Amino acid sequence: MFYTVRSRLITIGILLVLSVWALIPTNTTQRVRDAATGRMKDTTVRRVPINLGLDLQGGIHLALEVDQSKGPVPDPADAIRRAERVVRTRIDEFGVTEPVVQVVGNNRLIVELAGEKDPARAKGVIQRTAFLEFRITDMKNLFRDALPEIDKALRQAGVKPAGEGAAATSVTQLFGADTAKGKAKHPKGKPAPKDSSDANAPGPLSSLLFQGQLPGEYLVPEEQVPVAESLLARPDVRRLIPRGIELKWGNEVSSRAARSYRALYAAEDRPIITGEELQDARATRDPLTNQSVVNFTLSRRGGRIFERETGRHVQDYMAIILDGRVQGQPPIIKGQIGQHGQIELGAKPLQEAQDLALVLKAGALPAPLTIIEERTIGPSLGQDSINDGIRAGIVGVALVVLIMVVYYRWSGALAVSALTLYVLFTLAGLAAFGFTLTLPGLAGLVLSVGIAVDANVLIFERIREELQHGKLVRTAVDEGFTHAMSAIIDSNVSTALTAFILYLVGTGPVQGFAITLIIGIAASMVTAIFVVRTFYMIWLQRRPDMATLSV
Amino acid sequence: MIRLFANANYDFIKWRRWAYGLTAAIIIPGFSLFLVRGLNYSIEFTGGTLIQVRTPTPVGTDRIRGALDAAGIHDAEIQEFGAPNEYVVRTRLGATGTRAEGTSEATAAAVDSALAHGLGAGQYSVGRTEAVGPKVGRELQGKAFLAIFFSFIVTLIYLAFRFEWRFGLAAVLATFHDILTTIAFIRYLDLEVSLVVVGAVLTMVGYSLNDTIIIFDRVRENLRKFRRQNLYEILNLSINETLPRSVLTHGTTMATTLALVLLAGEVLRPFALVMTFAIFTGTFSSIYIAAPLLMYVEKRWPGQDARGARAFRSGSAVPLESSQPPSPPAPGGSRSKAAV
Repeated sequence: MFYTVRSRLITIGILLVLSVWALIPTNTTQRVRDAATGRMKDTTVRRVPINLGLDLQGGIHLALEVDQSKGPVPDPADAIRRAERVVRTRIDEFGVTEPVVQVVGNNRLIVELAGEKDPARAKGVIQRTAFLEFRITDMKNLFRDALPEIDKALRQAGVKPAGEGAAATSVTQLFGADTAKGKAKHPKGKPAPKDSSDANAPGPLSSLLFQGQLPGEYLVPEEQVPVAESLLARPDVRRLIPRGIELKWGNEVSSRAARSYRALYAAEDRPIITGEELQDARATRDPLTNQSVVNFTLSRRGGRIFERETGRHVQDYMAIILDGRVQGQPPIIKGQIGQHGQIELGAKPLQEAQDLALVLKAGALPAPLTIIEERTIGPSLGQDSINDGIRAGIVGVALVVLIMVVYYRWSGALAVSALTLYVLFTLAGLAAFGFTLTLPGLAGLVLSVGIAVDANVLIFERIREELQHGKLVRTAVDEGFTHAMSAIIDSNVSTALTAFILYLVGTGPVQGFAITLIIGIAASMVTAIFVVRTFYMIWLQRRPDMATLSV
Repeated sequence: MIRLFANANYDFIKWRRWAYGLTAAIIIPGFSLFLVRGLNYSIEFTGGTLIQVRTPTPVGTDRIRGALDAAGIHDAEIQEFGAPNEYVVRTRLGATGTRAEGTSEATAAAVDSALAHGLGAGQYSVGRTEAVGPKVGRELQGKAFLAIFFSFIVTLIYLAFRFEWRFGLAAVLATFHDILTTIAFIRYLDLEVSLVVVGAVLTMVGYSLNDTIIIFDRVRENLRKFRRQNLYEILNLSINETLPRSVLTHGTTMATTLALVLLAGEVLRPFALVMTFAIFTGTFSSIYIAAPLLMYVEKRWPGQDARGARAFRSGSAVPLESSQPPSPPAPGGSRSKAAV
């Protein structure tokens, strides 16, 4: 098949063209977030189509699993598959090139965001299970009415009121004026909170709570939050929390009078609607008030339910609960809402509205996810690695070239020119099969240049031996190639086998190493044997009477 | 034209006992140290966190330790990493792995905020962060073990297929020797054992095996060619014949690994060091371990014509009696064939 120089050259030519073609910079579409509008837009980047690993271009690698620490999830494998879809939607909106979202095994999700610079934000968006519910707050103050009972039970259990301020009242009217204003503003409001003096003697729990501005809103001093949390988690307390009421913490800390408070909301345990019905959410800035708002659209079914529920709850406060945390202060329902609604975020930055919209839109995770592995590589470190790797590669290859040319002279030069083809083929192989070049892969590439010439060394040594035995140049070359073949195949197969195992059990970077090594071995077989042989054939054809060989 | 070790005729096998002594002197202390203190496993295996930070000017590990201590993080290792203004902060999960998943990630955040407090927010930049939960660490340990185990199995199958079992046994034992010396080497230098380093060890296994195979290939060829020589002589002859190739190949490979050690940066350095050492030990074991072992195996379980049994008859190199040895050419003989 390859007996003539011509057919060999054609083969090499085809390989060369294919390789160059595989490496021609192509246009890659990239979604990026437009800073001005907050919308996603597509941009086109022209680059060499070799995937760089996260360790080279910087980025975030996350491994997530279904979090079962807070209660078992019935079908984690199904949950993770659904989570994959949700996370993928969110990531697509996030705007990174070629994100990886992939289920590994049956309960693990791998997320890789190349080039992402803000790990905290990315993790936030991914991990937010975004279980969204709208619930009406405890308008009838059922929880507050139950506080005396709870306090009594706690006292009986021997719990002492914490803090020095637990003197007289139970639920302290911290912001009495505000509440009054609120009442005045909403004459149609539910029964006003009972006067705080009605409450009983100081209680272990009630002394921690201050009545907030809205019905069902309580403020807990930040430093007391753990105490309140542990009290509320007690079984005897939980039994006494009124039926139909659930307590939810707010997501942010507000500070009044030099103290920080966290809001605790008593809300109905039945959501009027959940995120499942949500179809779209968009963040905008209201041009008139300059406030950030999120406009949302519900499904038709959701719209009907929402219309009915909001109709029943006009002037009630609706807590937006995301993953069990009340988002901001519950807004008031100003009137019946159908399929389209709006959440006003006030003076909050647009970014926050955008993130909320993103999470609402991308849907809810079926189960909470916990991060079991995280790797973040800054882009500058990745660039440093590339530079270092290339520098080491150039020096290493230069040394190999030097050794080969000095030692084998013209034959060495042939091997070296084949080596350039080798590097080209290897890179083209990575590009063509869509493998990723990682930092260890770069090392593998450099290393395999050293190993690649081994085949030529074996051949050249054999040719030298044959020449020494007095063979003619042409025969010596033939014999050299033939006899060295078994050793070359042996050595390459043994290296390829270990590399293959490494690929099977390794993770990202190590797999990159194994792949480069395997492709490198394949390419070196082609160049060291086929290409160098062809060079020899041309050489001998041009000087058929060659009596000596520069080897 | 340059020829290294052309037509060399060293009696390598004669020095085998010295070689055993030398390699034992490396392995025994190193391996004992390994048994007592274990290896410096990377957080990939132990679970934990790693944060690499760069400061505009060198601040010293003491200041970083101070910042972490102030934040209540006491069990962190702090190291300069390649440059005086690069540092790596590691915290490992306890060996028991009792801490819950997700805590290593929280620790990473805690270290970051401790540094922000201690050094000032703009005074450092985080190059990379790794947080590995105990579960992933345990899995990776299992995977690394499996990788080494399977590569041995596959290697054995390949050798069984390629050579008769006596050769295979000698080659595997020599490879096992390489793993022991490499563990000792890693222990002496206290290199961090990451999955990439395990990768280097496996590559080393392939490389060293390859070297042994090339010598054994020659041994097999010579056994057919020179029927009257004993194994001792055949082994020496084969090693000598393949010596130029060994020198050249190891030279080029070493050139690339040394370039990696010196230039490829701190992350790859343990990998590159292990590979460099692997070339040494692979070459050494192919000559001084695999070949003599083959002789012992042949002596203990003689093959076809029991040539191994004759191996110990001669104590030193015996001139080849064959009628067609690759006798050293007369100066200017075949050498004149080559262009100078």
